[in-house]
Amino acid sequence: MAHATHADDHAHGHGEAHDHHGPPAGFTRWMYTTNHKDIGTMYLWFSFTMFLLGGSMALLIRAELFQPGLQLVDPQFFNSLTTVHGLVMVFGAIMPAFVGFANWLVPMHIGAADMAFPRMNNWSFWLLIPAALLLVGSFFVPGGAAASGWTLYPPLIIQQGMSIDMTILAVHILGASSIMGSINIITTILNMRAPGMTLMKMPLFVWTWLITAYLLIAVMPVLAGAVTMLLTDRHFGTSFFNAAGGGDPTMFLHIFWFFGHPEVYIMILPAFGIVSQIIPAFARKPLFGYASMVYATASIAILSFIVWGHHMFTVGMPAAGNLFFMYATILIAVPTGVKIFNWISTMWQGSMTFETPMLFAIGFLFLFTIGGFSGLVLAIAPVDITLHNTYYVVAHFHYVLVSGALFAIFGGIYFWLPKWTGRMYSEGMGKLHFWLSMIGFNIAFFPQHFLGLAGMPRRIPDYALQFHEWNAISTIGAFIFGVSQVLFLYIVVSTIRGGAKAEQKQWEGADSLEWTHLPSPAPYHTFETSPVIK
Amino acid sequence: MHLKHLRASALVTAALASTSASADYAVDILEPASPMALDAYNLHWGIMWVCVVIFFIVFGAMFWSVFKHRRSVGAKAAQFHENTTIEIIWTVVPLVVLVAMAWPATRTMLEMKDASNADISVKVTAYQWRWEYDYLKEGVRFNSSLATPHDQINEHAGPGKKKNENYLLEVDRPMVVPVNKKVRLLITSNDVIHGWYVPQLGVNQYGIPGFVKDAWFTGTKVGTFRGQCSQICGKEHGFMPIVVEVKSEADYAKWVQEAKAKMPAPEAAPEKVAAAAAAAPAEDPNKKWTAEELKATGEKVYAANCAACHQATGKGMPPTFPALDGSKVVNGPKAGQINIVLNGKAGTAMQPFARLSDSELAAVITHTRTSWGNKAEAVMPAEVKAARK
Repeated sequence: MAHATHADDHAHGHGEAHDHHGPPAGFTRWMYTTNHKDIGTMYLWFSFTMFLLGGSMALLIRAELFQPGLQLVDPQFFNSLTTVHGLVMVFGAIMPAFVGFANWLVPMHIGAADMAFPRMNNWSFWLLIPAALLLVGSFFVPGGAAASGWTLYPPLIIQQGMSIDMTILAVHILGASSIMGSINIITTILNMRAPGMTLMKMPLFVWTWLITAYLLIAVMPVLAGAVTMLLTDRHFGTSFFNAAGGGDPTMFLHIFWFFGHPEVYIMILPAFGIVSQIIPAFARKPLFGYASMVYATASIAILSFIVWGHHMFTVGMPAAGNLFFMYATILIAVPTGVKIFNWISTMWQGSMTFETPMLFAIGFLFLFTIGGFSGLVLAIAPVDITLHNTYYVVAHFHYVLVSGALFAIFGGIYFWLPKWTGRMYSEGMGKLHFWLSMIGFNIAFFPQHFLGLAGMPRRIPDYALQFHEWNAISTIGAFIFGVSQVLFLYIVVSTIRGGAKAEQKQWEGADSLEWTHLPSPAPYHTFETSPVIK
Repeated sequence: MHLKHLRASALVTAALASTSASADYAVDILEPASPMALDAYNLHWGIMWVCVVIFFIVFGAMFWSVFKHRRSVGAKAAQFHENTTIEIIWTVVPLVVLVAMAWPATRTMLEMKDASNADISVKVTAYQWRWEYDYLKEGVRFNSSLATPHDQINEHAGPGKKKNENYLLEVDRPMVVPVNKKVRLLITSNDVIHGWYVPQLGVNQYGIPGFVKDAWFTGTKVGTFRGQCSQICGKEHGFMPIVVEVKSEADYAKWVQEAKAKMPAPEAAPEKVAAAAAAAPAEDPNKKWTAEELKATGEKVYAANCAACHQATGKGMPPTFPALDGSKVVNGPKAGQINIVLNGKAGTAMQPFARLSDSELAAVITHTRTSWGNKAEAVMPAEVKAARK
């Protein structure tokens, strides 16, 4: 997010002769760049654009649900909105945001000059653009965008028009991009650490991304396989998911969720990493239980491969299947709990201050844990059966993805913005953004637990009268939350344009290499000579 | 919009005060009406209390720290960062608590999956967008679809008509079961995945095309229980409710007799009734219909069965729901259109309509062939009857 400032610093320490060290001006800089910081910046802006787009869809959904009756959209378009909202937020907003963080931070955290495969890095970013165009463009083809929910279950998905093919192609491209990004991150972390930077000295953010990247490589091809089978079922007469031809729709669910559950952790592990950088910095105290944090992250990742069936307690698996997935799911609560306890122990007897990044980190800790509680409730299979596909589930995953992943992203942006841009955001405005988000979010999503308990199914454009009150309140909260994100855009832009000068070590308690070794803003090229870590 | 709905300050008080199942600000699971729903209800509260206790321990510590260990009150940072004993404690204790939770959940799960020794078996088939109930032993079979009129739902052009009390949760023919009898449901689907979900009976089971899955419940209270399709199944997913009436045994027996009387006479062609999935009402096959009569009936049948997708204007919502106005099939040979309407079209949302009577089918086909810009020949009930073979 630093394009205004790099140009001034490109010659840092090298003189004018080395002009290839500085960025070229204009669009070609971004088109051809192999610089991890430029690519990180582009990932973050892309992600924010998709976030606003997906958010607008969510607001249209909430506006329709403000009162019973159909006022604004017709049911088919409503289904398209819920579907594309999900796809855009998962694949367009949350995942690219974390890749943006990885690009910016992984090399600086381990003392490397850049990513291992800079050209592939460029390619994996630019692939996102056609994918996004396909996803969003599918609204404008005959029949409208995919309307099956983001899980793309057949046979429903087989019924729709060419938008499905566009969605499938988009998923393929996004998968290719993620796999390339992951290979890049793993190679960088394993091969390019500065002398002395052993694995167990790496900042926890790097650890979480290393594990996330393995998850991505393991599951993105599975998703690609699933959507390819959809494609051949649609056009080439295969019957993978068609019982009449010897297939089984349930098989798609199994394959999809074998991808889908690790995907959930792909979206939360880097958030754990960001929060693990922020909390010690503002508690002025080292992260408690660093080693156990690493082991807990790895345990969560491994367990994530054997819990997919908890999304399918109502498909009619045998009792043994339901029980196995219930036990495995319950087990995940243990390493997750360890992480929560470690963060709180890090805060314990610290000397805390509460700047915006810390507020978002504490907001994360509080609300993510509430999402964890509802996850525990849903893990109990008989309870899940009475709540499956209701708003309780909607509330649950928004607590872990919005107040979990997204709050960590916001916290991370505020935390590193001074390092990236060399300028300091307005603390007052940042805090205002936090409190508006916090209040708006809870008004929007907490009542959805009640709607789910009362039996309101998700993905319906209209509802029975007893659901009216909580829906109306939820809509009000959603608009407060949505509008406050425009404030975030304003804060970031005004920081880049004219924020106060940031110090090298803007945060007193921050101790990773970018704060201890690099000026603010971080120069275009950093660590061309490896630092030595003692 | 009533003002009270906007009153944000009512939020907290309402959340605490209103626990009744039907109240507007309901905050709890609906009152269970089957043993399994009751088990799930109790499990839910069990795990909720565990969460509440953890909540106060964890956030008690966190907020204590936030208020006491802040620099503005002069806190100096300690530098400890490891303690193996405490790490082991907070790994093992939650594990024990969770195993304790899993035990009763396992019992309920095994019970839920045991649909044996049922008193009644009902085959439930989901269609886009209605349910079909087939009482296997009783020989009763009927469709159940949304009863809320469209003018209460559609408010695009302004406020709709006053909404019924059970808006969107009412059907033309509810499922009826006797109280305190184990009812086994054999759930499947004709087209896409649906979910048969009645929260108060503790049943939520996907209907999957090509497979039959079972579930069961025992209604322990006489009354009416409402639910909805729980799995997104296309455009009208929000409009395929489920209503189950639990009746006393005598009332149930009476209902079975009445329902049986509505069934078509089986002696006409018993194998055909079963084979063609035709729960078509009995009618006089020799009646002569005029094209006008057919058109008038056809318009009603069209509005009830076709307009959701193909639209009242016949323009459809292409390509998922093709236009009938100007369609090659509709303007083509009669046999082609009769075949599609009777048998559906595989791989699309077009479902078989063999359940409608010959005259209803002839009427609706005639309606589409002579409405909008279409000017094809009318179709007579006899032709539909012939095509059923």
